[in-house]
Amino acid sequence: MIPAAFEYHRPADIRGALSILVEHGDDARVLAGGHSLIPMMKLRMADVPHLIDLQDISSLKGITIEGGRITIGAMTTQHELITNDALHAAAPLLREAALQIADPQVRYMGTIGGNVANGDPGNDMPGLMQCLDATFTLEGPNGTRTVQARDFYEAAYTTDRDDAEILTHISLDATTAGYAYEKQKRKIGDYATAACAVLITKENGVVTSASVAMTNLSDVPVFSEAAAEALIGGTCDTAAVKAAVAAALADIDPTEDNRGPVKFKMHVAGVIIARAIERAWSRA
Amino acid sequence: MNDMTPERDARVANLKGMGCSRKRVEDARFTQGKGNYVDDISLPGMLTGDFVRSPYAHARIKSINTEAAMALEGVVAVLTAQDLAPLSLHWMPTLAGDKQMVLADGKVLFQGQEVAFVVAKDRYIAADAIELVEVEYEELPVIVDPIKSLQSDVVLREDLDPKAPGAHGPRKHHNHIFTWEVGDEAGTNAVIDDADVVAEASMYYHRTHPCPLEPCGCVASMDKVNGKLTLWGTFQAPHVVRTVASLLSGIEEHNIRVVSPDIGGGFGNKVGVYPGYVCSIVASIVTGVPVKWVEDRMDNLMTTAFARDYWMTGKISATKEGKITGLHCHVTADHGAFDACADPTKFPAGFMNICTGSYDIPIAYLGVDGVYTNKAPGGVSYRCSFRVTEAVYFIERMIEVLAIEMDMDPAELRRINFIKKEQFPYQSALGWEYDSGDYHTAWDKALKAVDYDGLRKEQAERVEAFKRGETRTLMGIGLSFFTEIVGAGPVKNCDILGMGMFDSCEIRIHPTGSAIARLGTISQGQGHATTFAQILASEIGIPADSITIEEGDTDTAPYGLGTYGSRSTPVAGAATAMAGRKIRAKAQMIAAYLLEVHDDDVEFDVDRFVVKGAPERFKTMGEIAYAAYNQAIPGIEPGLEAVSYYDPPNMTYPFGAYVCVMDIDVDTGVTDIRRFYALDDCGTRINPMVIEGQIHGGLTEALAVALGQEIAYDEMGNVKTGTLMDFFLPTAWEVPNYETDHTVTPSPHHPIGAKGVGESPHVGGVPCFSNAVQDAFRPFGNRHTNMPHDHWRIWQTANALGLHH
Ligand SMILES: Cc1cc2nc3c(=O)[nH]c(=O)nc-3n(C[C@H](O)[C@H](O)[C@H](O)COP(=O)(O)OP(=O)(O)OC[C@H]3O[C@@H](n4cnc5c(N)ncnc54)[C@H](O)[C@@H]3O)c2cc1C
Repeated sequence: MIPAAFEYHRPADIRGALSILVEHGDDARVLAGGHSLIPMMKLRMADVPHLIDLQDISSLKGITIEGGRITIGAMTTQHELITNDALHAAAPLLREAALQIADPQVRYMGTIGGNVANGDPGNDMPGLMQCLDATFTLEGPNGTRTVQARDFYEAAYTTDRDDAEILTHISLDATTAGYAYEKQKRKIGDYATAACAVLITKENGVVTSASVAMTNLSDVPVFSEAAAEALIGGTCDTAAVKAAVAAALADIDPTEDNRGPVKFKMHVAGVIIARAIERAWSRA
Repeated sequence: MNDMTPERDARVANLKGMGCSRKRVEDARFTQGKGNYVDDISLPGMLTGDFVRSPYAHARIKSINTEAAMALEGVVAVLTAQDLAPLSLHWMPTLAGDKQMVLADGKVLFQGQEVAFVVAKDRYIAADAIELVEVEYEELPVIVDPIKSLQSDVVLREDLDPKAPGAHGPRKHHNHIFTWEVGDEAGTNAVIDDADVVAEASMYYHRTHPCPLEPCGCVASMDKVNGKLTLWGTFQAPHVVRTVASLLSGIEEHNIRVVSPDIGGGFGNKVGVYPGYVCSIVASIVTGVPVKWVEDRMDNLMTTAFARDYWMTGKISATKEGKITGLHCHVTADHGAFDACADPTKFPAGFMNICTGSYDIPIAYLGVDGVYTNKAPGGVSYRCSFRVTEAVYFIERMIEVLAIEMDMDPAELRRINFIKKEQFPYQSALGWEYDSGDYHTAWDKALKAVDYDGLRKEQAERVEAFKRGETRTLMGIGLSFFTEIVGAGPVKNCDILGMGMFDSCEIRIHPTGSAIARLGTISQGQGHATTFAQILASEIGIPADSITIEEGDTDTAPYGLGTYGSRSTPVAGAATAMAGRKIRAKAQMIAAYLLEVHDDDVEFDVDRFVVKGAPERFKTMGEIAYAAYNQAIPGIEPGLEAVSYYDPPNMTYPFGAYVCVMDIDVDTGVTDIRRFYALDDCGTRINPMVIEGQIHGGLTEALAVALGQEIAYDEMGNVKTGTLMDFFLPTAWEVPNYETDHTVTPSPHHPIGAKGVGESPHVGGVPCFSNAVQDAFRPFGNRHTNMPHDHWRIWQTANALGLHH
């Protein structure tokens, strides 16, 4: 459990970080909270000759909320997400989900940027960001661009981010929708057996908009448009929930692991999705 | 003399003797990070060793090329079996009478097996060098199932003559290790064949691992000038390690010093002798400098001793009224690649023959077949005394299955069959003599405490509500009544590598009235420094706070067999009391001399000897100690010291009654422990707070094992649970609030009546948690499902019973 030797860099700004990234190409990787990357290095599953620590780059930190738009710096820790009351008021789903990630020790270190950039299907933030329709801002040697969370994930550990790009911040609209993040895990600090994020807006007793996304049920987070459609216009009655669950299950593709076989995961996913919808509806 | 005076009470309180919840003296250093563990040891010039391990579960080694590794700067040596062979150290004997490869000799037999030992300037260089050792393997067929192993043509142990008997008698097959039989099989079968009722069950007690927080490790230092070898290590039995090291290395035993410093939990994992120790010693001899080897978590989980892995089938018979008439048990025991179980020599399946449990079963039979597979060796008693966890799980499941068969309440079935108070000492059908017990009282107290009838009523209502579709949660009531067998053990039938399982204590009283006592045991978190001082305080009248307890250094401590199997209090605790009594006997003579009366005219009173009938005339233990060193007393040698080696006349038999109430989400398999009640009877209670701590810890490890903790292998022999992400180690989050309770039935043969308690909660807890899960599904036709009851297996049970639609 000892990583191979590496060079440690600690630039003070993005420009510095980018130049090291460009210089070393494939041999370099940025380090945020380190709670995904360092275990991989220790297991020697990741070989990173040049490690670029982002912690001194102050522009990557902080949470701002302006005109209904939330901007979260990539280096904001999960702990900070949980304890920021303004953020909680603007998008309560974030705290509910972040509290179900790992344990307090991990959350003091792990960052939102690292969580969404990592590309591990087990990470909770990607599905959450898809549910919230967040926008990721990436900065590379050739400038800045944005990409929607819903378009970002390509396969396990493969995202739309270019190797030479740094995720600088995440932005999303504040929302008053009913919300729920439902997650089944084996123990504290475990990745999801199945998890689901749901947002529902209700007007005059019916669902006017809905968003459903899932974690660890495919090699990428799954945003299920069909599940949302099954809910819109209805009252989240048993039939609607059932239809939404069926639609969501059609979009996932879980694999067997120590948490259990596919049949079990499909079943649990159905239960978790239904519970998330019902809870979000109850808060809408 | 009035025994109840406040003055006397104050003197008793001042001693902090037996029965007092004295705070643990160890905790000041542990909670401040001031402990001194093996990995804290750093010696000048010390090198680090680490292993190249096999990625395969079964493969022939075609070649090992160490050149590139040796070329790496900072690498001092790379040892392979070839280097150890001239010293005859490429293999070593196991505690179970088998032998085990120290470094792979021609082939590997389990994933993670030690192939080469890299010695480098630091652990970082060692880790890099490991990657540079090139090993060419040729894969062989892998066997991970012991039942298939006995039918397989694949020979796992090519080093053994398939026809020759093993350490425990004849072998039936090249992958068979031993058959161990106890009891009367023909008689048992006859009873079962004729019985009114017979219940049967097959159960797999899965492989798991003790997983102490601190993994195994050592520092070996060979001083070539004075010829002395010092070995610091995570040893639960330091003296045995010294003897083994001497026998293996040829270094005379007086030239070997073994030290167990602070140990961060053992639970059986640190009883065995591991290749890392041997390689470190050899490396230190070769290099002439100290060599450290410390496992990482994956090494620990994958290679040093596992626990359990028993495939058990049982038949239990009873009369129409539910009186048990006979019990038949067969076990196929998966021992992995080498038989390295840690059991007393004559007990190849440990004390599995305690499997008649707490019940008066007139006839029984136990047969155990040990089998080789391509899994890590081990088979230690994880927080239990030599397979008693398996035995208690077996009988507590058999009772439940019989209750189902008879459509009886399992609490009542237990009550009908308990050994009665007046039957003690009780001779069990499988050869044990239970020392003392009062099971009915404990059981009634437990059932009353939890309102058992009320729980059953609530459960029945829940089942109805479930059937009506009003809830998707079931309620399980887990019962267990266990009898432990601890304190191994009488030298006449218990030994390890020929060393009788006595234990020892040596006491020195200092002139100013404080003392040091040294024992042959070694605390790994049990709090010996606290509790043994309390025994002594009560025995010799010196305050516990003035007594240092020291263990673990073979140069200073008297020979003992170490700490495991809850043996410290039953054996070393007894030695402590006995040595204390020797001190007291001499103190009595000194006191009589000082008081100018006859020896028989003084009596011990808390912290002094008083003249009978004249309590104002006394000598305190402090005064007596001083006199022992500064007065010439006719006929009495100076000094005040004693040593006792205690050979226990019998084991002790702690028992307890546990109840668990659990809610189970049928759709997700998620469990919620609503209540856990634990009544323990460990005889005389030395320190209630330490007992409570032991109960909490043992129950937590029981919860772990019952609900998810396992070492799982795939068909290729790959370990699927090699990290704490997948190997379940509960945290405060998963652990319920435990309610503890007790009765006190002292052991009649132990000097202070104490029985040992560290492992009871684990032994009794596992079946209790498991029974709760199984009980929830009983109304729907469940008879038995195997642990661990993790979410998906519970879900699978519900699914198989048709509860999902
Ligand atoms: C015991 C344990 C339990 C856990 N449980 C959970 C859980 O339940 N749910 C969950 O979601 N996570 C869990 N995690 C992971 C944890 O949340 C990580 O902190 C998170 O996945 C990564 O964030 P980080 O800041 O630590 O990133 P790092 O580990 O530093 O980086 C992760 C990856 O992202 C890249 N990266 C990081 N920041 C950027 C950036 N700004 N731009 C571009 N690339 C970047 C890195 O190069 C690296 O490849 C757990 C971790 C542990 C150790």
